[in-house]
Amino acid sequence: MSSLREALGQTLRDLGAENPRIVVVNADLRNSVKSNYFVDAYPERTIDVGIAEQNMMGVAAGLASAGFIPFALTFARFASKRAADQISMCVDYSFNNVKIIGAYAGIFTGRQGVSQQTLEDTATMRAMPNMTVIDTADVVEIKHVLRFAASYEGPVYVRIGRDEWPVVFGDDYRFELGKGQWLRRGGDVAILNSGLMLSHALDAADTLAAEGIEASVVNMPTVKPIDAALIAEIAANVGAIVTVENHSILGGFGGAVAEVVVETHPVPMERVGVLDEYSESAPNADLAERHKLTAPFIADAARRVVKRKPRVIRPVGIRHA
Amino acid sequence: MRYEELGKIRPRLRGEEEVRRLAHMAERVRYDIIDTLGVIGSGHPGPSLSIVETLVALYFNEMTVFPTTPKHPERDRFILSKGHGAVGLYAVLSLAGFFPRDELFTFECLGSRLQGHPDARLTPGVEVSTGSLGQGLSFAIGTAMAARLGGKGFRNYCLLGDGETQEGNVWEAAMAASKFRLDNLVAIVDWNGLQGGVTLDVMPSMEPYGAKWEAFGWHVLDVPGHDIAALLDALDEARSTAGKPTVIVARTIKGYGVSYMENQVGWHSGTVEGENLLTAKREIQNRLDSFGQGGAA
Repeated sequence: MSSLREALGQTLRDLGAENPRIVVVNADLRNSVKSNYFVDAYPERTIDVGIAEQNMMGVAAGLASAGFIPFALTFARFASKRAADQISMCVDYSFNNVKIIGAYAGIFTGRQGVSQQTLEDTATMRAMPNMTVIDTADVVEIKHVLRFAASYEGPVYVRIGRDEWPVVFGDDYRFELGKGQWLRRGGDVAILNSGLMLSHALDAADTLAAEGIEASVVNMPTVKPIDAALIAEIAANVGAIVTVENHSILGGFGGAVAEVVVETHPVPMERVGVLDEYSESAPNADLAERHKLTAPFIADAARRVVKRKPRVIRPVGIRHA
Repeated sequence: MRYEELGKIRPRLRGEEEVRRLAHMAERVRYDIIDTLGVIGSGHPGPSLSIVETLVALYFNEMTVFPTTPKHPERDRFILSKGHGAVGLYAVLSLAGFFPRDELFTFECLGSRLQGHPDARLTPGVEVSTGSLGQGLSFAIGTAMAARLGGKGFRNYCLLGDGETQEGNVWEAAMAASKFRLDNLVAIVDWNGLQGGVTLDVMPSMEPYGAKWEAFGWHVLDVPGHDIAALLDALDEARSTAGKPTVIVARTIKGYGVSYMENQVGWHSGTVEGENLLTAKREIQNRLDSFGQGGAA
């Protein structure tokens, strides 16, 4: 286990050491999102606008337009909802090189309840034409994605969690924009994951293997641009898909995958995510159970899509007596 | 004009002759606004005409701009937060040489670089896309902070509508700008007293207006907004005010310079055509003629 927000804060400080053009724009939450490491190391490159996310996005865009690389950090809810129009106008439409960090993305926010959770940020952000949208699964992925964001020229939105979380990846991890990562290969069903439920996706594949169902597991941090070629290939070759995400099933990663599947190679598919409802205050493990995001539920979804796979493919025009 | 001419930046001239030159420029801009709107048959005449003197004072005297290299890093930044005044800005930018005058007549047409509201990616000289009100001042804070961080001397100007300052985002920005002591930032409020559909006094009151900005930590100047000499004085005072940003409340008349549009809410947007178009052009042409050179283009 390793703290997601600590990884965020420490990586940001490391990036600040490497690139003097990186600045941090805070909206009060330095201790929550752990930008305090950067603040302490580079106070002259820190701007705190107070609890004013709309102003934060405009200020960040102005800094970017003059050559700086601003990281604007707040909770995913406040970025994607309260400041959505400022992001649209000043960052996305104007194409300014702002890195928006949506911390506390999803439902795992330390028992704080609905007002600090976000179920729709991916849906909102990926509908913005110039935005790159990336979710993160563990501390290793966070480090690589933030490093990528700093080097990329253009608006980026990164979802990051809060708490102690299982570490899945090792030193061999590589992030490539818009590319899915094969973690396991199996021909019966493919589990596509974006974000924090990755260890559950892998556990589900183990469970399924014990039953004789071979599952692929593919991690897809980039929700936009989605790896459409890979999804089409998986649909064609595996023929059954389950998506897993820490987000509403409406409009998020599952939605993005479904769009590709129906337009390329329609196959049985289910989305594991938060249903169309609000969450609540509770420990993370309890929330994962309540919203049916854990390995057993992912395995159930996989069994269902496998059952829905056509057993016999009859060549067109041939009738059996 | 205070921009590069054969590699030299002109000094900020003062005095009657300069004011008269700028007043002449203002009428040329007014003519181009009406000419454009007349051809296109759409747009915002009232809120474009009220800001003409402000734009002219900025672009042809106060600011250092580089029409042939619009992204020059040393350029002063201008942000039209009240993006619906776009055609006024375009008329000024074309007169300053950012793009040819003929391009004005593509305004709001498919494929044009001149959108109904400013587009930073399309139009040379536009810093950020605006038109969704209340956001420009935040962006200007960002560029002002960038000047400070980068050790650059460029200044930052943001023009807001009076009604626009009903947006909460403006006051988030106002708070931050004074906290950061941004004396390289000037906000100008086009106080014409009318908003989209009604007069300002119908809405939740913003008075006492100047006192509000003052309470937010700004140096406040209140000037007649069509008086070029007064605008230049205010810009001088802003430049010599250290440690805090300056807001210039420019008292203007919506639709200024076209008699039947002045102070008429109905001319916030609308089609200038027929007899109205001829009248508007004749009024402006008469004033242009009084400068002794005639000719609008």
